[in-house]
Amino acid sequence: MEHVPILKIGDVLLVSIQVDLQDQTVLALQEDLADRIVAAGAHGVIIDITAVDIVDSFIGRMFATIAAMSRLMDAETVVVGMRPAVAITLVELGLSLGGVRTALDLEEGMRLLGAGAAAAVAGAP
Amino acid sequence: MTTPPGDGRSGGGTPGEEVPIASNDDVVRVRQLVRTAAAAAGLSLVDQTKIVTAASELARNTYAHGGGGTMRVEQAAGERGRRGVRVVFTDAGPGIADVERALGEGWTSGAGLGLGLSGARRLSDEFDLRSEPGKGTTVTVAKWGR
Repeated sequence: MEHVPILKIGDVLLVSIQVDLQDQTVLALQEDLADRIVAAGAHGVIIDITAVDIVDSFIGRMFATIAAMSRLMDAETVVVGMRPAVAITLVELGLSLGGVRTALDLEEGMRLLGAGAAAAVAGAP
Repeated sequence: MTTPPGDGRSGGGTPGEEVPIASNDDVVRVRQLVRTAAAAAGLSLVDQTKIVTAASELARNTYAHGGGGTMRVEQAAGERGRRGVRVVFTDAGPGIADVERALGEGWTSGAGLGLGLSGARRLSDEFDLRSEPGKGTTVTVAKWGR
């Protein structure tokens, strides 16, 4: 089983999913993120799914779980980069992810999470 | 590179061949095989995504509820010669006592959302479920090109 790496930019944790998500990987990511939010004192979580070509009900539920869990620990979650075909499929599947914030790309996601984080990603002066 | 358990039994699935679903890694492999077949059948990206998602739900059911089983994917021809794919999932698990209820929205036998079967049906152009309590379950889905 693979662990999805969790990166830290300012007070935001960034998870970019680049593998075919297996159920155990999904569950491990939820636990890893919970630990890292506390350890890093993070106030935002961005899950980048640009490279994810399908989201089924199990993976979709992970987004909702992570969003709810991080909210309890004072962190906001944004899912970014959903492909159009994935969005169409999710709605037809019956999963609208009402409680999950989304943004079109990483930059928009960082902006949603506040200027501090956006400044960190803008980086070099 | 690690070889996941349940792998290495086949060259990755020739079309029409039965592929085992005996682990979470096999569920991932089912997605890949269905994606390849759907692309080869000329389905649009959206239709490929729909049938792969349906297959992912059904493969998980086969593994988690059916105690494992097999999947077979093949290119097929639908009405008026439309090309597409058909995917068959078979298990010898406990079966489903009340199929109508199992297909209903929100019904769940476990910790899921209950979207697996009903969602897979909505995402497919054809859906057939045969189940006998104590004997097992076979689900067939198909998606045709537009």
